Amino acid sequence: MTLSTFFQHALTGISLGGSYALIAVGYTMVYGILRLINFAHGDIFMMAGYFMIFAMASLPWQAAIPLVCIITVILGVVIERVAYKPLRSAPRMSIMISAIGVSYLLQNLATYLFTALPHAYPEIPFLKKIFKAGDISASLVTFITPVLTILLVIGLMFLIGHTKTGMAMRAVSKDFETAQLMGIRINNTISITFAIGSLLAAIGSILYFTDRMSVTPFSGTLPGLKCFVAAVLGGIGSIPGAVVGGFIIGISETLLVSLGYSTFSDAFTFVLLIVILLFRPTGLFGEKNIDKV
Amino acid sequence: MKRKLLAATLCLYFAASLLTACSSKPASGGGGGNVIKIGVFESLTGENGGGGFQEVLGIRYANEIYPTVEIGGETYDIELVEVDNKSDKTEAVSAAQSLISSDVKVILGSYGSSVSIAAGDFFAEAGIPAIGASCTNPQVTLGNDYYFRVCFLDPFQGTVMANYAYQENAKTAAVITQLGDDYSSGLGSYFISAFTSLAGEDAIVNQEQFQTNQTDFKAILTNVKASNPDVIFAPSSIATAPLIIKQARELGITCPIMAGDTWENSTIIDNAGEYAEGVVLSTFYDEADPANDEAASFVTDFKEYLKENEQSEIIPAVSALGYDAYLVAIKAIQQADSTDSQKIRDAIADLQIDGVTGSISFDENGDANKNMAFIKTIKDGAFQFLKTITIEN
Repeated sequence: MTLSTFFQHALTGISLGGSYALIAVGYTMVYGILRLINFAHGDIFMMAGYFMIFAMASLPWQAAIPLVCIITVILGVVIERVAYKPLRSAPRMSIMISAIGVSYLLQNLATYLFTALPHAYPEIPFLKKIFKAGDISASLVTFITPVLTILLVIGLMFLIGHTKTGMAMRAVSKDFETAQLMGIRINNTISITFAIGSLLAAIGSILYFTDRMSVTPFSGTLPGLKCFVAAVLGGIGSIPGAVVGGFIIGISETLLVSLGYSTFSDAFTFVLLIVILLFRPTGLFGEKNIDKV
Repeated sequence: MKRKLLAATLCLYFAASLLTACSSKPASGGGGGNVIKIGVFESLTGENGGGGFQEVLGIRYANEIYPTVEIGGETYDIELVEVDNKSDKTEAVSAAQSLISSDVKVILGSYGSSVSIAAGDFFAEAGIPAIGASCTNPQVTLGNDYYFRVCFLDPFQGTVMANYAYQENAKTAAVITQLGDDYSSGLGSYFISAFTSLAGEDAIVNQEQFQTNQTDFKAILTNVKASNPDVIFAPSSIATAPLIIKQARELGITCPIMAGDTWENSTIIDNAGEYAEGVVLSTFYDEADPANDEAASFVTDFKEYLKENEQSEIIPAVSALGYDAYLVAIKAIQQADSTDSQKIRDAIADLQIDGVTGSISFDENGDANKNMAFIKTIKDGAFQFLKTITIEN
């Protein structure tokens, strides 16, 4: 492998890892609070892609980006209110089944509304500027993705560790009922969690699709699954864990392909999931006393 | 309050399932009288939902043009029974069974070879003849007396593209295929064997595989770039095509990218834009050069039909093939002069008709005798005919 090929692969891996990390954080936050694996998260990411296509059709990107973020947040919160909230006291399995249902609902709704033919993702001019250094060529978004991911996560950690809302979130994640007795409005707290998760999914979607340029109703499936693995790998419930997990998966996937094993790159991701569940079910950064399912 | 929300959820869910149900609702035939049912086994959702839908449009349009058939001096209305195999091998089996139990006499479809292969045995067991429109993998008809098809095969198509590449002075090639997809991996391996026999054992400099629904091809393409091939052969679905094309060009890969029949689809141009310029593909027919009267009237009238259905006006080759499959079905029913599936099957085997994609007759495997493919390229945002390539068997 020449040096330039190596750098090209490294860039790809880090940037892919960055987008994975943003989605994985969404999984992990919802799990931390509700003990729910939100299987619809990958599809919210996909819907954000479609929102961007329609927003950019009539608006400049400066207006489209905030608009898409807002609509995606609304979608995430509405899903929580409609599909998960009524099941709050139901067994955990019911709410998970509801999540799977929402995931299929979104996929089929998108197929119905937008057809299964791929839609072109609009170009955001400044993100798409292509840089060339010798044999290496990449667009600006490839460099921005990992940096923005780290910044957003630092911001999020601050929010959780040092604000009142964050304190409420931590309390709810520790103990639902006690938190409620202490006067925390758990419904609001949960909504905020979904809002933040969806916001990250929207930003992740903009970065991911700007680089990959085409949206279908199934665009969210595979990234969703992989980010779920990333969240488990890092220790589900732990935000730094999700970020590290995202980067590990993105980089190791690219590494395997670069070594010529493209056939096994996805198999590796899921083998990793099995290995982690067998030998370290709490993940790299997970809480030790995880309750048994 | 909780109950209200639950009710709202349910309402939403049912509304959505109604919506999806509408899209796959069988087109009803005329009221009363004699009815003969033709099954449409297609991918309307899932990975191949886009292409499958275009094939169904061809079939529905054919049904509008030829809504009835004469059997034993009586006029029968033709009723299309559409099922969705969801581009999934498991779903395909249950879709096939639901078709069989709804008493269809002939089955058309499916877009995508994998699902056709999965369902083929069930059709054969039930004794119902099936006519594939665009499923090009040899396994579809091989060893199955009840499966026919109106398009050419992958070994042929792979050889055509290898020949074309070689004629254009390509000495090395990289091949990218989709793991577990019979169409993509089959076509890839036929291309490889044809190209190595033309250009030598070392002519394939790189082989890469990707997963269903994969959207990131940068790592694969970086490897391809490092191996510096003269051409890239990447047979894949239309959902994948624009991703591969754009990411390749963005990484600075400039060599021609080639693929099979699936890529003749205007969505690819809409999606990949200027990046798609120079892509080369083989396909079943050329809209600018209609082979007969049937084709000429199809080309003009079907464009209107596409417009009515809010589709792009470039006729997808799969719609033409869907139309031909329907044509074969009704001509065979007429010839058999019976609603008996077995007799219809025997009639198909001996049939010879002029379809939109040229003259169609079937060999002993049930494959259409076709030895010519059209090579097209994308230029100035449209498909342009380059040349025909004929391979003698």
